[in-house]
Amino acid sequence: MPTFTAYPTKGYRVRVSTYWWLGRWAYLKFILREISSVFVAWFVLLIILQIRALGKGPEAWAAMEEFMKNPLVIGLNLISFLFVVFHAVTWFNLAPKAMAVRMGGKRVPNIMISGPNYIAWIVVSAVVAWLLLRG
Amino acid sequence: MPDKIALEVARYTPERDKEPKFETFEVPLRKEWVVLDALNYVKDKVDGSLSFRWSCRMGVCGSCGMMVNDEPKLTCATFLTDYAPGPVRVEPLKNFPVMRDLIVEITDFLTKLSKVKPWIIRKEEKPLSEGEYLQTPDQLDTYKQFSMCINCLLCYAACPVYGLDPLFAGPAALALAQRYNMDSRDQGSDERLDILSQHDGIWGCTFVGECTQVCPKHVDPAGAIQQYKLTGTQEWVKSFLMPFGGK
Repeated sequence: MPTFTAYPTKGYRVRVSTYWWLGRWAYLKFILREISSVFVAWFVLLIILQIRALGKGPEAWAAMEEFMKNPLVIGLNLISFLFVVFHAVTWFNLAPKAMAVRMGGKRVPNIMISGPNYIAWIVVSAVVAWLLLRG
Repeated sequence: MPDKIALEVARYTPERDKEPKFETFEVPLRKEWVVLDALNYVKDKVDGSLSFRWSCRMGVCGSCGMMVNDEPKLTCATFLTDYAPGPVRVEPLKNFPVMRDLIVEITDFLTKLSKVKPWIIRKEEKPLSEGEYLQTPDQLDTYKQFSMCINCLLCYAACPVYGLDPLFAGPAALALAQRYNMDSRDQGSDERLDILSQHDGIWGCTFVGECTQVCPKHVDPAGAIQQYKLTGTQEWVKSFLMPFGGK
């Protein structure tokens, strides 16, 4: 960190409120997008716990299933799912901003970057659904 | 349509006031009037001490940026009728120290702008006799959008990161750095990388994206910064894999 700043101390400065993100939908959306990472982490943790229970044997797995049936856990997972979807959608929509791909002298339209992301997402989801639901 | 609208203007005189306060003026509401016209009306007819910056009245000079009803706007391009029946609240640009009334101190931005070296850097200048550095329309097109910046600083007023961390280089300075990095005539991207890839450079940006939303010239500073994050990461990987080569 530099020990000084060229930033002027003269003039009247308004302190940014701790709740600056509540005043505008765009700011709130940004904060929700950032918070979504916590729920992504929760799902990762959950998968690790499930794999551990699976490795430990049928009793541990039954206990894990019991835990997953808890209404509080179901509620948390439902909220987490919505946040994870929000996280994925915002990220796919941001991808074209970071990737300025040019072909034939023209910038490739945004949909050509975000589109494949969405398609891959749907395909992977369909494969997972098929694996789980084929009976 | 009513023929008057209330203009609530932030007033601050450092020698007299402890903090800014609002003063309300009734101004004519005319179809063709922008907020800047209303401010000029107040200055000409009501209170000559009202201080604000303006110049071209046509969205080119970038001087008249202010907060209009809490949104960063060029006041020369913001029509009063859009705010009827009012009131219209005019404040100095957010995130900058206020010097007087609607005038903010922008030295910080100017210092940061010059730090990113927003000019064409050549490793070796070719002699004048060899003529210009030529560029195709496609090459121009790669950076043209970023070159439209008029330094109006609306993006800084919209950026919460800059408000919270004044050391952050900010949207316009980073977008202009990227404008020169992408210019086929420029060879200075190595020189800019050290400044841009610092914590206070591109990595300070958390991609709120509001800079792009408020930009009156559609520069897309948020896009420029994310693109540079990609470049910065590639350069980092390169320097990691080839610590002594590649340059």
